Amino acid sequence: MHLQLTHTCFYVLDQDSALDFYVNKLGFKKHTDVRKGEFRWLTVTPPDQPGLEISLLAAKESHAMDKESADALAMLIRKGVFGFGSFQSPDVFAAYEEMHAKGVEFKAPPKKEFYGVSCNFKDDSGNWFSLSEKQPGK
Amino acid sequence: MNTLSDPYPKAYLYRRIVQAKLFIDAHFAEAIDVGIISGEAHYSKFHFIREFQAIYGRTPREHLTHCRMERAKELMAQGVDALEACVAVGYQSLSSFSRAFKKATGSTPRVFREAELRREADTRARPLNFIPDCFSGAHGLSEE
Repeated sequence: MHLQLTHTCFYVLDQDSALDFYVNKLGFKKHTDVRKGEFRWLTVTPPDQPGLEISLLAAKESHAMDKESADALAMLIRKGVFGFGSFQSPDVFAAYEEMHAKGVEFKAPPKKEFYGVSCNFKDDSGNWFSLSEKQPGK
Repeated sequence: MNTLSDPYPKAYLYRRIVQAKLFIDAHFAEAIDVGIISGEAHYSKFHFIREFQAIYGRTPREHLTHCRMERAKELMAQGVDALEACVAVGYQSLSSFSRAFKKATGSTPRVFREAELRREADTRARPLNFIPDCFSGAHGLSEE
């Protein structure tokens, strides 16, 4: 069986602000930006994974989500409840310095642990991500 | 040198290289070279190139070309023609630009621009072709 993840989504509070964050602070590329009525399908791809489209979905009332759910989701994002994933970089210290210089918020600077070097940052909406270094042999 | 306020070993070295990388990112369209860039990092040219390559996997010169090509791709995807893009990213010769572009992307500027403009027109004419069914279905989107 062959399976490949081609699309996933991050719920964000403001799509324009999220686009600016992922493109200008993390170096993602804008892939697709189309509108169908009120719905905006906005995707970006990580610099080293052009085949993985991440949809920056607005956490707001829509056909797929009633107002109560959308408000609850937005509140949880704002509170920083969600950890959406883990990024890997060949050099976490360099990635940290660059992102930090661009104003990305980190919980703490990267630290060398027994499992490798890592740190955590959040996007402009409040979603948390870890940033770790690829370990030799893994 | 390390200071007590440094959050991790050799943070000051990282900062200097990263600042130089950010300098390239911000000034790639200007007439900058490795001498100017290494000066920004307060390094000798040779040492700077070695440290930069160790961190980013490409030399400062390669990174400069990368920045120029990425911006040229963005501009041409918006409809800017090759000559205008060439000048906008800091090249003085269209033939040098076209050669570098072909090397970076595998396409000539003209072929790349036409393909991007076709794709852009397609996204406007048939947006649902670009949205996976599970998402368009969940959001009640249809062709009408």
